[in-house]
Amino acid sequence: MPVMNIKDFSFTYPGVDHPSLKNINMKIRKNKITALIGPSGCGKSTLLRSMNRIHDLYPGNKYDGIIELLKADTQKMENILDIKKENEFIQLRQRVGMIFQKPTPFPMSIFDNVAYGLKIAGIKDKSELEGRVEKALKDGALWKEVQDRLNKSAMGLSGGQQQRLCIARAVAVKPEVILFDEPTSALDPISTGAIEELLVELKKDVSIAIVTHNMQQASRISDYTAFMYLGDLIEFDKTENIFLNPKEKQTEDYITGRFG
Amino acid sequence: MEKIFRNLSLSSASLVFIILIGIFITLFLASKDAINEFGIGFITNPNWNKEISIEIDAKSSNETIKNSKVNEIEDFNLESDLFSDEDDIMIDDEDDIIIDEDDMLFNEDIKTTFTDYGALVPIVGTILTTLIALIFALPIAMGIAVFLSEIAPKNIAYPIGIAIELLAAIPSIIFGMWGLYYFAPIIADLVGGYQVSLLTAGLVLGVMILPFMAAITRDSMNTTPDVLKESAYAMGATKFEVIKDIIFPYSKVGIIGSIILALGRALGETMAVAFLIGSIFALPTAINSPTISIPVAMANNFGEASGLGESSLFYLALILFVISFTIISIAKLYFLKKAS
Amino acid sequence: MRLLINKIVLGLSTLSALIGLAFLGWILVTLFIKGLGSFHFTLFLNDLINGGLRNLIIGQFILAGIAAAIGIPLGMVAGIYIQEYGRGKYAEVIRNLSDIMMSAPSIVIGAFVYAIIVVPTGGTSGFAGAIALAIMMLPIVINTTDNMLSLVPRELREAGIALGASKYKVIIDIVIKAAKVGIMTGILLAFARIIGETAPLLFTSETSNYFSLDLTESFPSLTVSIYDLANEPEQSSRDLAWAASFILTVLVLTINLAGRFFTRNKKS
Repeated sequence: MPVMNIKDFSFTYPGVDHPSLKNINMKIRKNKITALIGPSGCGKSTLLRSMNRIHDLYPGNKYDGIIELLKADTQKMENILDIKKENEFIQLRQRVGMIFQKPTPFPMSIFDNVAYGLKIAGIKDKSELEGRVEKALKDGALWKEVQDRLNKSAMGLSGGQQQRLCIARAVAVKPEVILFDEPTSALDPISTGAIEELLVELKKDVSIAIVTHNMQQASRISDYTAFMYLGDLIEFDKTENIFLNPKEKQTEDYITGRFG
Repeated sequence: MEKIFRNLSLSSASLVFIILIGIFITLFLASKDAINEFGIGFITNPNWNKEISIEIDAKSSNETIKNSKVNEIEDFNLESDLFSDEDDIMIDDEDDIIIDEDDMLFNEDIKTTFTDYGALVPIVGTILTTLIALIFALPIAMGIAVFLSEIAPKNIAYPIGIAIELLAAIPSIIFGMWGLYYFAPIIADLVGGYQVSLLTAGLVLGVMILPFMAAITRDSMNTTPDVLKESAYAMGATKFEVIKDIIFPYSKVGIIGSIILALGRALGETMAVAFLIGSIFALPTAINSPTISIPVAMANNFGEASGLGESSLFYLALILFVISFTIISIAKLYFLKKAS
Repeated sequence: MRLLINKIVLGLSTLSALIGLAFLGWILVTLFIKGLGSFHFTLFLNDLINGGLRNLIIGQFILAGIAAAIGIPLGMVAGIYIQEYGRGKYAEVIRNLSDIMMSAPSIVIGAFVYAIIVVPTGGTSGFAGAIALAIMMLPIVINTTDNMLSLVPRELREAGIALGASKYKVIIDIVIKAAKVGIMTGILLAFARIIGETAPLLFTSETSNYFSLDLTESFPSLTVSIYDLANEPEQSSRDLAWAASFILTVLVLTINLAGRFFTRNKKS
């Protein structure tokens, strides 16, 4: 079942004549990991950043088409490109979380980092906060490492720990979808392994879309894969089909390393 | 050739060191008379150029007076070595001690007057104007910085940023004139009291440091990485929450440094304050009463002063130099270094 | 509630930007009205003694010009030392001191020059005024040169050395050229700053009502005369002060904008 449905979606950056994404059609399925792959500049990050409309921090972007998000209580799809009001943006971003390429710990303690999203969502009760922070840190596979220094600055953690902290912070607000924008490209192989395991673990609770430039990573963890090239979605299918049995010539060339 | 160039550049760089040390030593030597005379109590003494008469019993103190007069002359000789132009220094010594010759010859008692100098009034004036300026400028400067770095779209932030920086480039004397003839009357109407006062001087000083403070605060805020802001927005934070929870904590050190630096500038500002503070050596009794600050005391009295009066002005300069040097060092070396 | 607070705060900070602009507008409009009202072309032809500003404007330019002639080469060479030659503590100390000196109270520099030049030579002089301004300019030029040279990529220096050029040759022919635009801009801004200074001139050059090119005498200064004129009781003196302020501000802002324009054009 899809939680997000992207239909005939095109995207144009301000001051540019040609759209950076053209007629994209794909789905993000519930409790699955969907990987977006393709060479640099293919638009995979642009697409990801459309899915929580983080693009809108900078004015002048043009969206065409539809991106639907499943509303949990009514089981109906809503078009997130219709959103105009600030409070709707806030709700959208609480439902669709995001993890960036570089870890982004906020300049505050470990505890406050994880509690931040909960606090701005209006949770004030101290014991509830503590419970949910602990839960989130456990979900982020970080609890054991940080439980006795929750009040220390998050800046003191290693890169891999910081990234897991950011994941815990995103998980804490219980989003329906989390978008990962090359989350391991700034990390060493061991930290990368830990995060990959974590992602597979997390899909029990959330649906995941991940941009990666690492094909092995996509093949290791994802259930579905979309191959993009120069702003077009070339092929979207189950991961094993993409990697073992691509229908398109371009996909095959990319997978086998002939370009990219 | 290589060597010549290298040594040339080394000596030019050392010039900075020499000048700063030179300023300190020169000010110290020039204020030596005042330091010897008043000591550290100078700082807490509210008098300036005030003649105090001292009555001394003639018999017991005739000797000492004579001695002290001899000392004075020696001192002046020393001084005229240092300041060779002051040939007329002996005429000026009435500044220091007036010895009534008639009294000396015919009376039992000797009356002498002694001119007293103290720095309390200008020090208080300097601190209070700076404080008023800071209270006025701080919130507005923060607002401007937030507006420029976070709210305004680029095509608006750019020209406004330039306008604010141009405001910082306007010579301080212009602020003073504008303040005296256009700004102060309005404030005086609103608050009452004189047009020249602690309050108006402080406010104009505030307007003057405003753009400087805003510009460097904005620069500090701009060091916050975009991706950090994005990840807060991605959690559903509002703009205000991003500013309060991410940008301010992230650039806190730099912002504090900017504020202290602006404070250091305000302390030493002369012309904007000179027009407005009233230039009277009296402790302010209210926020709208006139007083004086260290730079203004120097600006208005340097040409005319001589002897102990001039030395006292150098003493004031030394105090100002040490204070602002300390404050600016703290801002630059601790806060702004740490921020970058 | 969160959205309301958000709106209020954003509104307030927009308001403060407007306040800042309002002050700029107020000052400029005042200057324009008062300054243009008293402005007349003959101001450029007569000296202050005849109710004009000619000697003052020329005097201010000479003072700032001499200061620049002293401050720019010294500052640039010192900046080169810090960035290119200085290794370790000493260069760092100089860099910090120059940074601090940049914000030192200008009146204190006036007092310093008074003590070391005016007193020994027996009176105020244009020379003393120019030295005071040069001392103000020095750290600004050092700072600009230092910053701009630090932006020049190291490979450029290495490439020069690899061709067999000596270090000072590389610095003069390659590094300085690469950083030229930035340094020029910084120097223009420094010049704009010192040409508007009053406090360091008050008791070093003082001012003069007459045209003078004699640097050993009290020297005509636009800014010091503005201060004197503005405090005169007669309306005509004040009007002249406004006209002079107008000219000074236009001058300073023009140099400033020229500097910015210069950088911007080169960049794009």
